[in-house]
Amino acid sequence: MRIAVIGAGIIGAACALELAERGAEVVVVDRVGVAAETSSRCEGNLLVSDKQPGPEADLAIHSNARWRALAARLDEGRADGQPATEFEAKGGVVVAFRGGEEPLRRFAATQREIGIRAEVLDADQLLAAEPHLSPEVALAIHYPDDAQLQPSNTTQALLATAVRRGARLVVADVTGARTARGRVAVLETTAGPIDVDAVVNCAGPWAGQVAERLGAPLAIRPRRGVILVTTPMPQRVFHKVYDADYVGAVGSGDAALQTSTVVESTPGGTVLIGSSRERVGFDDHPGVGPTTAIAAKAIRLFPFLAGITLLRTYFGFRPYAPDHLPVIGEDPRLAGLYHATGHEGAGIGLAPATAELIAHAVLGAPTELDPTPFLPGRKGLGAVA
Amino acid sequence: MNDPITIIVDDEQVIGRDGQTIAGVLLGAGCVAWRGAQHGERGVFCGIGICHDCLVTVNGVEGVRACQRQAVDGDLVEREVR
Amino acid sequence: MTHVAILGGGPAGLAAAEAALAAGAEVTLFDEGGLLGGQFWRHQPGITDPRMQHGFARFERLRDALGRARVHSGAAVWSAERRADGAPGAVLRAFVGGADAPDRRAVDIEADALVVATGAHDLALPVPGWTLPGVITAGAAQALAKRDGVSVGRRTLVAGAGPFLLPVAQSLALVGSTVVGVHEASRTGSLARGWLPRPWQLAGKAGELAEYIGALARHRIPYRMGSGVVRVLGDERVEGAVVASLDAEWRPIAGTEREIDCDAVALGHGFTPRLEAAIMLGCAVAGGRRGRFVVVDDRQLTTRAGVYAAGELTGIGGADAALAEGSIAGFSAAGVPLHDPRLREPVATRARMRGFARRLETAHGIRPGWTAWLDDDTIVCRCEAVTKRAIAERADVPLRALRLATRAGLGPCQARTCGRAIEAIVADAGGPVDGGFERRPLLAPVRLGEIAAREG
Repeated sequence: MRIAVIGAGIIGAACALELAERGAEVVVVDRVGVAAETSSRCEGNLLVSDKQPGPEADLAIHSNARWRALAARLDEGRADGQPATEFEAKGGVVVAFRGGEEPLRRFAATQREIGIRAEVLDADQLLAAEPHLSPEVALAIHYPDDAQLQPSNTTQALLATAVRRGARLVVADVTGARTARGRVAVLETTAGPIDVDAVVNCAGPWAGQVAERLGAPLAIRPRRGVILVTTPMPQRVFHKVYDADYVGAVGSGDAALQTSTVVESTPGGTVLIGSSRERVGFDDHPGVGPTTAIAAKAIRLFPFLAGITLLRTYFGFRPYAPDHLPVIGEDPRLAGLYHATGHEGAGIGLAPATAELIAHAVLGAPTELDPTPFLPGRKGLGAVA
Repeated sequence: MNDPITIIVDDEQVIGRDGQTIAGVLLGAGCVAWRGAQHGERGVFCGIGICHDCLVTVNGVEGVRACQRQAVDGDLVEREVR
Repeated sequence: MTHVAILGGGPAGLAAAEAALAAGAEVTLFDEGGLLGGQFWRHQPGITDPRMQHGFARFERLRDALGRARVHSGAAVWSAERRADGAPGAVLRAFVGGADAPDRRAVDIEADALVVATGAHDLALPVPGWTLPGVITAGAAQALAKRDGVSVGRRTLVAGAGPFLLPVAQSLALVGSTVVGVHEASRTGSLARGWLPRPWQLAGKAGELAEYIGALARHRIPYRMGSGVVRVLGDERVEGAVVASLDAEWRPIAGTEREIDCDAVALGHGFTPRLEAAIMLGCAVAGGRRGRFVVVDDRQLTTRAGVYAAGELTGIGGADAALAEGSIAGFSAAGVPLHDPRLREPVATRARMRGFARRLETAHGIRPGWTAWLDDDTIVCRCEAVTKRAIAERADVPLRALRLATRAGLGPCQARTCGRAIEAIVADAGGPVDGGFERRPLLAPVRLGEIAAREG
């Protein structure tokens, strides 16, 4: 089976590897190259701590387990120049300040019911876990299953591995599609036409535009996020540490600037501080607003950060759907066209499970996951229904 | 000739001239390297605040560019290692 | 009254301030140095040897003419943004105080027009051994000599390309270092092509150059063309260097290597314009592998309304060009039309100096063969200790992915030191070059506490 995967970000690379390993003839088409956009402009979060019970939590729990094996496999099979995933099962600590304890306690209780490990830390445990955390923190919950990896490197590793399994990368823009007998038959690109049996749209925040060019518009839009990087220093942050307000921001549809604090160290010695969410289209001049807001909230968590030099900031666009669920599966309007996008800030974490659902949809591969909530034909996606 | 000043670099007195940068004082005293890096020691490289090779801690403040910070009599300068 | 902001207090910025003030504008000038003057007129009272200064009287006149301008020295301007609703000009945000001091105060301004005069910094190409203490940029040698009255070594080897190596050698000699040689990578042929066809265009430059040549002779400093440092020797610091003859493309010629006894090496292969403020404002930048510069029109206006650029970031042309461009930019920013008689002289000087800049590039511009003097394990990115091999191995992926995979250019200098070298290695390996290093989200280092305080 000949499959074109559009987009060489983490979702496209994970799908390409999964499909290639199941024997498909895979061509990855990207207008710039591997990991050129969103997957190189995010934090590499593999989170269960921010998921409330529901279909996305199921996907996250499944994906979290798969990442452990997949990252180890990618790192074992490294060829010359292929970067390490920097996978680290460091765990997360979610904290609430005075007044915010009860909502966090309740949220964690609902998570435990679906099997997410969420352990309340007492004062001594917290001091041992994060000695530099603000003494103002009133409640801290440890999520041992939260993990981190270097998203750009992991995307590069996934694609390099897919290429070793026979996949091909073509750097070109997708311009359209031709059908035969009601199915997608040819993908038109600036590098020429590609004969296909199936097309998987993994173009992230641009998936809506790509879908339109293929004749099946999709309501995927960009949401801009800014992340801060400090100068390197001796390690003073040991987990992923979030302000509990992180939970509230993910599902919100508000266009205005929102920030929720996530602080963590990287193997390079820098501290990453996220992040903001703004609905401003593809505007690429974020100004200083998100940066100053993120800095202020991060210092509230870790007061020592006030004296630390900011090295750089970066921003990217995350793909979101109107109902804030990933879009994974076959397009009901065009046979042979599949979508895998809309993961918002969770695309890195959800990549393996997404690839599994795509292999199920395209090749009929087995899966324990329920694909139904994510199908492009669902009601929550206004433009498709 | 400007007046002499004394700064303390990792518990040692180093004498320079008023108006010099911390890097100028160190170099004037014959010290060419003062930061631990991944491969050997570093001192001044660009001399104009661009490269960040010469960082030191001054009076407890981390990440100060020695080539930009004018030395003040009595400054406590500590090595940084990264 | 038109409010003109000026970013940079070197020749271009000071000339812009003088012109804007003369045209009746309100002027705010930001400069990162503790004292005005930029790299060209770097000085410290009681320390700087006056023989190292050129045209210092002009500097003093410009400084004294600042009068009613608001001047912020020691300013870390960390952000330059467009104004709301497409109004011309810019919003600048700075912290002002001592360099990297913990108690700087925030100064934010909104101006009707901005002159970006951020200048350039040295471009030192990597050489095996260049991370050893004792290897500095030519600009560092000059700055340390002028500003601090010191040299890094007792026996300094100066190498690279361009006429700037000459004043550096002179300054080193004046602070008491023996200059064991000046090695100019370009060959006599390209110097002749660049310099000789129109020597009358050198005008003021000729005298200055003659003076440097005289200084070389006085201090018995050997000057070699078509030669460069291909390796720095030493264990914990510089103990010597290997020089070799270079061909026209700057490839070392096998068999010509010889060892030089020295304890310091000053490298300067040209200059890199400091483009980030202009890029943050959205000004167009053009050029290729031989350098990218801000695009300006006859009035020094960039592609953004109310944003002007002057000096080295429009093309490496030296102080005279910067003064002329600064003057034109300052008048234009204050609303004076190009045909105004006060602009006649700077416009003529600019035309002459642009020719000079072109010849400078023809004669001394970096040639692509230099990468041949690198070893596979030569550190190219000094901050993150990334080798040439690591960069070449990832050269086929987009620059952003390459940086994250190798960490090249991700460290504290944000690729200001190694960006051009990384691009050259990527280009050698057939990879894409897109200028992606020049977009920097912060113009100067700031502490999180400083910017957080702005949230109130």
